[in-house]
Amino acid sequence: MGHVVLVTGVAGDLGRRFAAQLSGSPGIDRVVAVDVLPPRGDLGKAHFVRADIRNPVIAKVIVRERVDTVVHASVAATPAAAGGRSSTKELNVIGTMQLLAACQQAPDVRKLVLKSNAAFYGASHRDPAKFTEGMTAKRLAGGGFAKDVSEVESYTRGFARRRPDVDVTTLRLANVIGPRITTAMSGYFRLPVVPTVLGHNPRLQLLHEQDALDVLEHATLSEVTGTYNVAGDGVLTLAQAVRRLGRPSIPLPGFAVPSFGSAIRQTKVADFSPEQVAFLTYGRGMDTTRMRTMLGFEPRYTTAEALDDFATSLTPGLLGPDRLRAAEHALAGALHAVGTPARSSVPATTGPALLGREGHDG
Amino acid sequence: MGDAEIIPIGTRGRPGRGNGGERPSAGSRSLAARTPRPRDADPADGPAPGGATPSPAADERSSGAVPPVPPGQRAPAASGAPDPGRSPARTEHRLPGPAIAPREWLAALTRTAQEMFGESWEPRLAQFLAVLRRRLTGEFVVDDFGFDAEFTDRFLLSALRPVAQKWFRIEVIGAENIPDVGGALVVSNHSGTVPVDGMMTAVTVFDHTGRHLRPLGADLVFKLPLVGDLARRGGATLACNDDAERMLREGELVGVWPEGFKGIGKPFSERYKLQRFGRGGFVSAAIRTGVPIVPTSVVGAEEIYPLVGNVPSLARLLGVPYLPITPLFPLLGPLGLIPLPSKWLIEFGEPIRTDEYDAGAADDPMLVFNVTDQVRESIQQTLYTLLMKRRSVFS
Repeated sequence: MGHVVLVTGVAGDLGRRFAAQLSGSPGIDRVVAVDVLPPRGDLGKAHFVRADIRNPVIAKVIVRERVDTVVHASVAATPAAAGGRSSTKELNVIGTMQLLAACQQAPDVRKLVLKSNAAFYGASHRDPAKFTEGMTAKRLAGGGFAKDVSEVESYTRGFARRRPDVDVTTLRLANVIGPRITTAMSGYFRLPVVPTVLGHNPRLQLLHEQDALDVLEHATLSEVTGTYNVAGDGVLTLAQAVRRLGRPSIPLPGFAVPSFGSAIRQTKVADFSPEQVAFLTYGRGMDTTRMRTMLGFEPRYTTAEALDDFATSLTPGLLGPDRLRAAEHALAGALHAVGTPARSSVPATTGPALLGREGHDG
Repeated sequence: MGDAEIIPIGTRGRPGRGNGGERPSAGSRSLAARTPRPRDADPADGPAPGGATPSPAADERSSGAVPPVPPGQRAPAASGAPDPGRSPARTEHRLPGPAIAPREWLAALTRTAQEMFGESWEPRLAQFLAVLRRRLTGEFVVDDFGFDAEFTDRFLLSALRPVAQKWFRIEVIGAENIPDVGGALVVSNHSGTVPVDGMMTAVTVFDHTGRHLRPLGADLVFKLPLVGDLARRGGATLACNDDAERMLREGELVGVWPEGFKGIGKPFSERYKLQRFGRGGFVSAAIRTGVPIVPTSVVGAEEIYPLVGNVPSLARLLGVPYLPITPLFPLLGPLGLIPLPSKWLIEFGEPIRTDEYDAGAADDPMLVFNVTDQVRESIQQTLYTLLMKRRSVFS
């Protein structure tokens, strides 16, 4: 008999696509997709049930559908239509409490997968270069999304203690990015001018959208329990990422960023919450050794490849790599053409041949 | 009034000023060659930069109004006799206009490139352009700690090297004590108000062994804008056991200054007296990873900014550990920021092995304190020896 999986948060891009992908995978009988709002796209073979996880009715859904695996994917920094910060918090924290309470009463539930977030670790100047799973934030989150995440994780740990027969897997995902998904990070990079914090160049770890879906599926189907950091290999600095995308950036002094951030947030184009600002100031790195050795998952995209794939969905900016490469070729070629008559010993080669030695390494 | 001498305006026919048109001035007449030059001079003599011939287009345009002129002579008054068919030079003729062809610009650029990169300028220029493009398109690699090797080699170390060699005239003893491969922990004394000694040690280590020293910095470093960015790009990371052990396991050469702010912020009167060596965290990191400790003594850094005073209240207000007053600093303003050119000596001592201890030794506080003391004593003794060796502070 295959699994019956309940997926929460399918109104969001990641939750919806995960439900669709999971419904097609072997060993899955049925996927029940739950959210307050209907999904905005294809759900595959998953059944959509319109239910609020903040309401005890979710317990009835779990029992009636004989759900044995719950994937809690609705904890998000910016839920699609959840309005302001207070309703987001309620959906994240109260929703998790209700869902876990419902799971505790459901005898069939055997597995719980929590999609958590790297925001759990916060971002400060006291951070180690890489967080391992056993560490916590160096500076306690005063509020906002980081606090939501840490509360959600602590409720989940409590649930794991009360129901030791349920396998609980927590995945702390790095910033998800990709050409077909809308996240806080992709909204930030899509801004016409990318604001950065003056004098700071944070390290970023990114996770490709397909890897995010695959790791959720992997955790759902495997027997592994525990908490795992999930991120693509390698890091990019923010300045490097912005240059790779060919976007113009504007460095703002640290004290101006919060007010600018709230202005940006009003437009709902990109998330610029205080913890996002802290992240853009100090950056974050996670150790993904356990993801490889114990979870047995290998991301297909590195951080740089994930960003490159995202770049294909953007119109290249003024300083796109192709343009700069063309400019370099033109300049070197022209210089060569002028230099050749002056130095008659050099055979007349064309300009780009000059570049062949060094220029084509990227 | 009546007997006032009338000073005539003009030269009354005597040699004097020219009138621009038919009469050149006396000065230009005496400068001009005896025999008038032919007007259409050979174009090969023209002032084409870079030895390239001027383009036909530029030649044609310029010969219409102003003839090509041999270099070093003023155009309008060059010919001995006034030319009746020539109109006086007007302002618009003196404007450069579109007469400089793109080709000439390129020739000038080529010349510049030759000046900058020497004879084999072409491959070196191609390399330079490729580096420039890589920087602009972000196609470089940083490691997990944010270390940007290309940036460090090309910009940071190149900028610091002249300071190390010319300003502080660093003399190095015992560079062979730094292992060529594998992890090692360089432990050094700390002094000089501003952590210049760390940067100088990094340059010295790179120039003598070709290895990058990866410094461990205080959290304040990473809080400061620009400083934190440069530190991470230069290979530094936070001084905590997690990062230190991670770097040592990856086989890096890690530098640590256990005195911390107590060391660099100590008054000038206490120079070359080692402060407390933290809690010995660096020793337990070395024991856990089994890497050797290289005790390093730096003489000279104490004198670059002699700290004679401190403003603790203002320092607290700004959130920094101390606010230095040196004999020159607030007094001379920015000029006071120039370090005094003291003579530096750096000695890398005999490595202290830690791989003989078993794994549990790192958690034995007595052993950790003993090794910490051993390192500290070794550095202190070397400091005294080096001070005896140095003839004076500035030579």
